[in-house]
Amino acid sequence: MGYLPRKSLQVLGSIFAVTTFNFFLFHIIPGDPLRLIARTQKLDAEQVAALRIEYGLDGSLFSQYLTYIGNLLHGDLGYSFALHEQVSTALMRALGHTALLLATSTVIVVLFGIFLGVFAGSRQGSKADSRTIIGALVFWSMPTFWVGMLLVFTFGVWWGVLPISGITTPNAVYETYFSYLMDIARHLVLPTLTLALVDIAFFVLITRTSLVEVMSEDFMLTARGKGLPRRTLVWRHGVRNALLPVMTASALYISGLVGGAIQVEVVYSWPGMGLLMYNSVLARDYAVLEAAFLVSSVVVILANFATDVLYRRLDPRVVVAQ
Amino acid sequence: MTTNSNDFELREAPETQLSILGKIWQDRMGRIGLLMTVSVFTISIIGPMIWPFDPAAVGADASSILQPPNSQNWLGTDELGRDVFSQFLQGSRVSLLVGVTATIIATVIGAGIGISSGYFMGRLDTVLMAITDFFLVVPSLPLMIAMGSIFGQNLTVIILIIGVLSWPRNARIIRSQTLSLRERKFVPRAKSLGATDLRIIRKHMIPHVLPLVVANTILVVAGAILAEATLAFIGLGDPDRISWGSMLHFAFASGAIGRGAWWYFMPPGLGILAIVLAFTLLGHSFDRINNPRLRDAA
Repeated sequence: MGYLPRKSLQVLGSIFAVTTFNFFLFHIIPGDPLRLIARTQKLDAEQVAALRIEYGLDGSLFSQYLTYIGNLLHGDLGYSFALHEQVSTALMRALGHTALLLATSTVIVVLFGIFLGVFAGSRQGSKADSRTIIGALVFWSMPTFWVGMLLVFTFGVWWGVLPISGITTPNAVYETYFSYLMDIARHLVLPTLTLALVDIAFFVLITRTSLVEVMSEDFMLTARGKGLPRRTLVWRHGVRNALLPVMTASALYISGLVGGAIQVEVVYSWPGMGLLMYNSVLARDYAVLEAAFLVSSVVVILANFATDVLYRRLDPRVVVAQ
Repeated sequence: MTTNSNDFELREAPETQLSILGKIWQDRMGRIGLLMTVSVFTISIIGPMIWPFDPAAVGADASSILQPPNSQNWLGTDELGRDVFSQFLQGSRVSLLVGVTATIIATVIGAGIGISSGYFMGRLDTVLMAITDFFLVVPSLPLMIAMGSIFGQNLTVIILIIGVLSWPRNARIIRSQTLSLRERKFVPRAKSLGATDLRIIRKHMIPHVLPLVVANTILVVAGAILAEATLAFIGLGDPDRISWGSMLHFAFASGAIGRGAWWYFMPPGLGILAIVLAFTLLGHSFDRINNPRLRDAA
């Protein structure tokens, strides 16, 4: 079997596994699942009976599982009594906001992270190198939500120069579409900066390590012997080879992204998946929690898949080895 | 000279713990990490014993609420007039307790799965690694949040959740180490002498992967402490225990940031930063000792 069909099957397998895991996780809760689903509501006997049939809770655990899968295939993630709407509607609205936040911060993190990693790695052993490492380790050791709190305090409360809550100014009237975008951009600054400050460390350290290893390879010695200028040596010969391991390691970054987003969205009331999960925790809204965990896992699995495919495009050796 | 049957084992024996500690001490980052770890542990053990205020004692009246640091309350008071410094001292214990115990759970599971997977190979390996990869890919914070809200909020549950979700990377690393160990000569030798699989694992595999386990464990502690803080901040901490994470939760929820009460949200955050950084420095230093090419002048 070719690479793509085989990998696609694997991805489908993972998604199936995560779906099954998710179902059983939320169905081993002691007590009547319906009690949890409808926790926030007073329901009469008739409504309970109707819900029981809708969720397939009248059958065995296995038939409940089949109903669950069947509903999922129809895009039905259940109904949230806390939000008074379909879970899928709430999730779709939130996903876009989270995507905007994560995309912006990822661009910044990757660009600055690689640049700083190269800066440190090409000066291995210097003062600048060890300062970069220590700086990266310090930021890496901070809880993301605390960095957010510090920035809220500094830029929002103390200096009062940037908005610290939500995605737009409440009740704002926009003259043009451009001023609407500008408002979103201003609200995006601090959440993005928070995520970037913590996550940049990851790319700095990986890029540095990888570059240091490449720099000690024989072909680098040859390149140096040819008398190539330092800039060509580092960027053309070193960085190009050093970036491939960085790509492999980015799977770790991807699975950590969701966690970072949750923390940042809570601190800045950014109306994405993370804030939705946080509010669901407070309301004990299991329908949303269940769906949010499922969707974020599937997104991470797909993102890893995309990285893997891209990696194979970039590294010809992988294809030769097949 | 008598021939000692243990000769080859001695030659291949791993470095002892003591010499590893010595090497860490010689590395500047390692030394700073070690000193920081020791001081945080000391403060958390001794601190609550000697600081006179009860962390749960609510202030007498409105004038005691969110007071800035003064001669009596060194780090001021919180939104209920409680002493922040004694909460800070008390809170360090939960962070360290969760960090250490969750790591022990994660290490035992990770080493167990890694060694059995690498040693027995075959179908068992395929199944165990499929499970490992599954947990590596699934985003851990959403899963912790889901489990935390299902299984309830007490310290034991939180430790179990973090421990049970922190092993996959350990398992992967230990498996690859076991795979390469398996090819070394002493395994077939021991086998031909009639040693059982269990004996080989106990006598040869475990002692050899131990240094690697230790190196990884250090980083797991840092991750576990961050995970506890994050869960507590989300509001899934143990309501009966003060931790640095729960302090930040209440600081945030009570609007301490907007009221400029820096003495409330700075100390717990700095505490988490200090202990996580300490373990990260130790882990980093360990890495450089094991992989000399990364060593630099520092």
